[in-house]
Amino acid sequence: MKGILLTGDKPIIPEGTKMVPVFIMGKKYLVPETLTIQKALEYVGYQLIRGCGCRGGICGACATVYRIMGEHKLYFGLACQTVIKENMVLTQIPFYPYKRKIHDIDNLEPTAETMAKIYPEIMKCVGCNTCTRACPMDIKVMDYINAAIRGDIEKCAKLSLDCIMCGLCTSRCPAQITHYNVGILARRLTGAKIFKRADHLKVRVQEIQSGKFDPFLKELIEVNEEELRRRYVEEREWEPLDSKEKGWKPQDQRYL
Amino acid sequence: MSGYPESLRESIKLVEKTRSERVEKAKRGEIFKPLTMEQRKEVLSKFHPDYMEGTKRVVNVGPDKGELFPNELADLLEAHSRINPKDFDLSNCDMETDVLVIGGGGAGSSAAIMAASKGAKVILATKLRHGDANTVMAEGGIQAADQEVDSPYYHFLDTMGGGHFLNDRKIVAALTSDAPIVVSWLEKLGMMFDKYPDGRMKVRHGGGTCRKRMHSCGDMTGSEIMRVLRDEVRNHPDKIEVLEFSPAVELLLDENGRCAGAILYNLETEEYIVVKAKAVIMATGGFGRLHFNGFPCTNHYGATADGIVMAYRAGIKLRFMDSVQYHPTGVVFPEQNVGLLITEKVRGLGATLLNKYGQEFVFPLEPRDVESACIIRECTERGNGVVTPTGRLGVWLDSPMIDMLEGEGTVKRELPAKYIQFIRHGIDISKEPMLIFPTVHYQNGGLWMDENAKTQIEGLYSAGEVSGGVHGRNRLMGNSLLDILVFGRRAGIHAAEYAATYNPKKLTLDHVVKYEEELDQAGIKTDRIAPMLLPDYIREEVKKKEKTSHYFGTLR
Repeated sequence: MKGILLTGDKPIIPEGTKMVPVFIMGKKYLVPETLTIQKALEYVGYQLIRGCGCRGGICGACATVYRIMGEHKLYFGLACQTVIKENMVLTQIPFYPYKRKIHDIDNLEPTAETMAKIYPEIMKCVGCNTCTRACPMDIKVMDYINAAIRGDIEKCAKLSLDCIMCGLCTSRCPAQITHYNVGILARRLTGAKIFKRADHLKVRVQEIQSGKFDPFLKELIEVNEEELRRRYVEEREWEPLDSKEKGWKPQDQRYL
Repeated sequence: MSGYPESLRESIKLVEKTRSERVEKAKRGEIFKPLTMEQRKEVLSKFHPDYMEGTKRVVNVGPDKGELFPNELADLLEAHSRINPKDFDLSNCDMETDVLVIGGGGAGSSAAIMAASKGAKVILATKLRHGDANTVMAEGGIQAADQEVDSPYYHFLDTMGGGHFLNDRKIVAALTSDAPIVVSWLEKLGMMFDKYPDGRMKVRHGGGTCRKRMHSCGDMTGSEIMRVLRDEVRNHPDKIEVLEFSPAVELLLDENGRCAGAILYNLETEEYIVVKAKAVIMATGGFGRLHFNGFPCTNHYGATADGIVMAYRAGIKLRFMDSVQYHPTGVVFPEQNVGLLITEKVRGLGATLLNKYGQEFVFPLEPRDVESACIIRECTERGNGVVTPTGRLGVWLDSPMIDMLEGEGTVKRELPAKYIQFIRHGIDISKEPMLIFPTVHYQNGGLWMDENAKTQIEGLYSAGEVSGGVHGRNRLMGNSLLDILVFGRRAGIHAAEYAATYNPKKLTLDHVVKYEEELDQAGIKTDRIAPMLLPDYIREEVKKKEKTSHYFGTLR
C-alpha cells in the first residue's frame, strides 16, 4: 500500500545489524541479532512443522531450552518470544510425554483428596522449584502444586491461570509431575465448582429455551433492510461505561 | 528503563501531556464523536484495503467462477490439487468413522464433543497440535446477551450493523439466541470466567456493541476456552480419536454426491491416509497467513484457507470471501512482535488512540473496519503517524489511561498476557502506551452454510471461521469465539444425527478430476498447489541453494 512499509511476516533487518553466532542443536549459524529464535530458525532455512504455533506467545508449541556457550546456566523460553543472544546454544522441545487421567468434572469435588486421587505424584514434590525456574510465563509453578496438595484449589487455579501448557515444567521435574494437567484440573474445578454460577445466565437460558425472544428475532429476520437500518440507528441506546455503578436501565424495554 | 528508543520517547511525551485531560474527559462521560453512517462509508471507501484498487481479481474456475476474490486467495483457488486421484484406491480405506472433524480448534473440538455426546464415533484430524488454532489467540472475549438490560434482539442488531446489514439473518438469530446457552455450557465445563463474588458475569463493551455483553477470562479468553475444550475432548478417548499433524488435503464424495470422508496427509511420515466418514465437519479456520497486500497478521501459523480450497473444489459456493478483517490494533513496535494482536479490550477498558502529537482522532470503539480505515487515514493522508526505527508507521494506544480510570493494577489484572508480552521487551504498558497499526485478523466470509451448519453438499457441515454469512462483511469483537462454539456445537449435533441415517458406499475423487479439467479449460497454467498447509517463510537466498529440494505448493 502506498506510503506504508508492509513486509508480511518478514522482519525488517536494519542495515548494519550485527550478525551473531547461534548454535541450533549444536550447529553454528550466523543470524541478525534482532531476530527471535523462531525467526532465526526460519532465517537459516528451517521449515517449521513441530515447534511452531501461534507465533505470539500464547499456544505453548515452541518451548525452547538454551545455554550460552561456555556457561553452566540453563535458560527456558518460547522461541517466538525470545530474542536470540550471541553464542546461544538451543534446542526446541516440541513435545514431552505427559500424564493425564480421564475424569468427569461433574462428579468431582474441589478438594485435596480429588487432586491426590487423580495425580498422586504431586505428593512427591521435593520442593526444588525447578518447575518455576523453567516456566516461560513466569508462573509460580511449585506454589500452585503446593496449593493443590493443600487442597486450596482456587489458589492453584489462580496461580496457574497464565499457563500455556508448553510442558517445560514437566520436562524438568524430578518427581515426574505433569504440572500443567494439575493446573487445568484445578481451574476447571474452580470454574465449575467453586465460583458461584451466574443466576442471570441461568434465567436467560430458561427464557431462550421457553422461546421468549423468538418473536423479536423473527421480526428482525423479516423486516426489510431499511427498517433494520432504522432500528439500528434509533433503537440502540448505548449503555454507559459506568452503568453498573449507576444502576442504568434502558428507556425502551420492549425487547428485554 | 524504557524499552522505547529516544526517537519514540519524544512523541510519548506529547501523549503524556494530554493524558490527564483525556482521563478527566472520560470520567465526565465525554467521548470522541463517533462517525455517522455516511462518514463511515466515506472513510472505508478511501482507506480500507478491501476497497482499494488492485487488491482483488476474478477467479475463473469453480462454483463462484467470475467472482472477485483477494489476489492471494484467488491464487489458491486457481491451483492444482496436491494429489493425483489416480494414485488412490478408494475401495480400500485406511480408517472409518461416523463423523470426521477436520480442524482441532474451538469449532472442531466443540463439534467433536457434541457429536460424541450424541453417540457418534469421531475422528478429529488436525494439521498441527490439537488446539493449535486462532481460538487460543482470541484475547478479549465472547459475546452473549445474558444481562437484564440486554437481549438477543440487541445482540442481533449490533451484529448486523457491524456486518453492514449483509449477514445471513437466520444464522445471526441462531448465533445470538444460542449465545447464553454456549456461555452456560462453558461455565459448566469449568471455564474460569471473570465474575463478581456472587457469580455475576463481568461484562464489557466491544466495538459496535450497544450493551455490555463481552465475557472474558483476563485477556486469555480464547486460550482458556481452548484449554477447557481440549481437556474435555481428552476425557473421551473411547469416542474421539485425535489425529495430530494430519491435515486434510481433499474431501471425498460418494456415489450420490454426498460428502463421505477425506484424504489426510501425515506431515511427518508424508503418507496419505484415506478416511471414510458418514459425515464430515469442516472446521479448518481462516486465511490470515495469506498476508493480504503484504500486511502482517495476528493469526496462527496454520491459518492458510485449506478448508476453503477443499470445499470449493467439491462444489461449495463462498460468500463474503472478498472481505478481509484488518484488526485496528496490531503491534508495530518492537519489531519482533509486528502484527501481533492487541485486544480490543484495551479500548473497552478506556484507552484512546492518539497520533504523533498526542491528539485523539477517532472514537476508539468504532466497528473494526471503520477503526482500521481511520488509523490508515491518520498515518497516510494526514501524515500524523509515528515512525518506528525500522520505518514502520503507527499510532499510540494509550494503555496507561486504564489504571488512571479503573485503579492501579487494572492493566496487570485485566491484560496479563499483553503485559508479559511487552515487559519482555522492557515496555511496561501500564506506564507507557503501545504503538499500533492495523493487521490482518479475520476471514469475514467463507463457505455457504445454513443456521444448522449444513453446507450445500449433503453430509458436509461447516463451523467457525471457515464459514461465511455469520458476520456479513465485518465481524464484531467477541462474535468469533461465539461463532465457533455455536456452530461447532450445531455441526456436531446435526452431523451425528445425519450419520445415524446414512452410510456411503463408493468413494470418489471425481470432483478433483473435474476441477483439474476446469483449470485446463480456463487456460490456467500454473505450478501452484493448494491447500497451502504451511506458510512459506524460507528466504529466497536459502531456496536458491536447496538444489535437491522440491516444494509442493509451499511445503518442502
